[in-house]
Amino acid sequence: MAKRGDVVIDIEKCKGCEVCISACPQEVLALAPQVNNKGYHYAIKVNSDCTGCANCAIVCPDAVITVYREK
Amino acid sequence: MAENLINPENLVYKKTDVLTDRIMHYCPGCGHGTAHRILAEVIDEMGIQNETIGVAPVGCSVLAYYYFNVDMQEAAHGRAPAVATGIKRVFPEKFVFTYQGDGDLAAIGTAETIHACNRGENILVVFVNNGIYGMTGGQMAPTTLVGMKSSTSPFGRDTKTMGAPLKITELIAQLPGTYFVTRQSVHKPGNVRKAKKAIRKAMEYQKLNKGTCFVEIVANCPSNWKMTPVQSNKWMEENMFPFYPLGDIKVPEEK
Ligand SMILES: Cc1ncc(C[n+]2csc(CCOP(=O)(O)OP(=O)(O)O)c2C)c(N)n1
Ligand code: SF4
Ligand code: SF4
Ligand code: SF4
Ligand SMILES: [Mg+2]
Repeated sequence: MAKRGDVVIDIEKCKGCEVCISACPQEVLALAPQVNNKGYHYAIKVNSDCTGCANCAIVCPDAVITVYREK
Repeated sequence: MAENLINPENLVYKKTDVLTDRIMHYCPGCGHGTAHRILAEVIDEMGIQNETIGVAPVGCSVLAYYYFNVDMQEAAHGRAPAVATGIKRVFPEKFVFTYQGDGDLAAIGTAETIHACNRGENILVVFVNNGIYGMTGGQMAPTTLVGMKSSTSPFGRDTKTMGAPLKITELIAQLPGTYFVTRQSVHKPGNVRKAKKAIRKAMEYQKLNKGTCFVEIVANCPSNWKMTPVQSNKWMEENMFPFYPLGDIKVPEEK
């Protein structure tokens, strides 16, 4: 089984560009219906299928995502 | 359940400290942010934060000095390679880079670009080519594709009156002063990894004093292309990459 991972999203820095969403092989991410203080719908986790592959963080132009993976 | 994973032991990726904490002014999904980040990561991983001096351009990345946590100098429009030449000659042991858009590097700064590369200045040039003048509202650049609409080519670029797009990177590769010339992108995880490796190589080569290293990053400008970021990345693959193919253009002969 793939390792378990998790992401932490700095929602106030997120600009809702969705680039991370299309890069996630596990379909973990989506935009929140709510907006942050800048008025952007921000990225959120919608399931717990994250494997900690870091694809989302690597494509995020605003360095919003921190990634963890079980050892 | 997953919460217990969030502890420093399991950390696999976080923002590098070579980027400041300032929120970047770039539009959502703009490739400039990713290009900044991988360059900052290379500086971090090489442990050269205190030995690096960057030169910022005029263009959307004019404020790059707010985001790179290294010594930075702003240059007049297009003049970054000339400014970097001066810096590198005074501090030959430092790692010196320029960061420039296509309007900056391939239009107003063509002379500085070509002559710095021809002299083989030992600097890294990071060239972010989005085929447009992003900052000023999407005017046509020398790099704008044939048929591509911009605010100054509203019916699409017509080569009869506007000339053909300029592949300045291929031109630069012809110059004896360049050591490593490559074209990359940062729109997908695999591409980001490759682009970062290319920047790493280029920075490492700077120690050899063998000439200019030139890394083009074909990037999106969702705002002026008038697309969503995800659409713009797809459009870039379908339209930019056929004309600006990704890959190394000039590689040093390995001994
Ligand atoms: C001497 C001078 N001429 C013109 C301008 C206006 N100007 C500012 S940015 C720019 C073009 C920027 O395009 P590019 O280098 O492609 O950067 P991008 O914004 O697309 O990243 C121009 C023409 C200027 N600031 N200074
Ligand atoms: S890529 Fe970054 S800025 Fe864009 S939606 Fe995802 S987390 Fe937000
Ligand atoms: S780390 Fe990988 S699996 Fe987890 S959210 Fe990011 S892209 Fe998806
Ligand atoms: S105008 Fe274009 S290049 Fe400039 S920040 Fe916005 S998307 Fe990026
Ligand atoms: Mg441009």
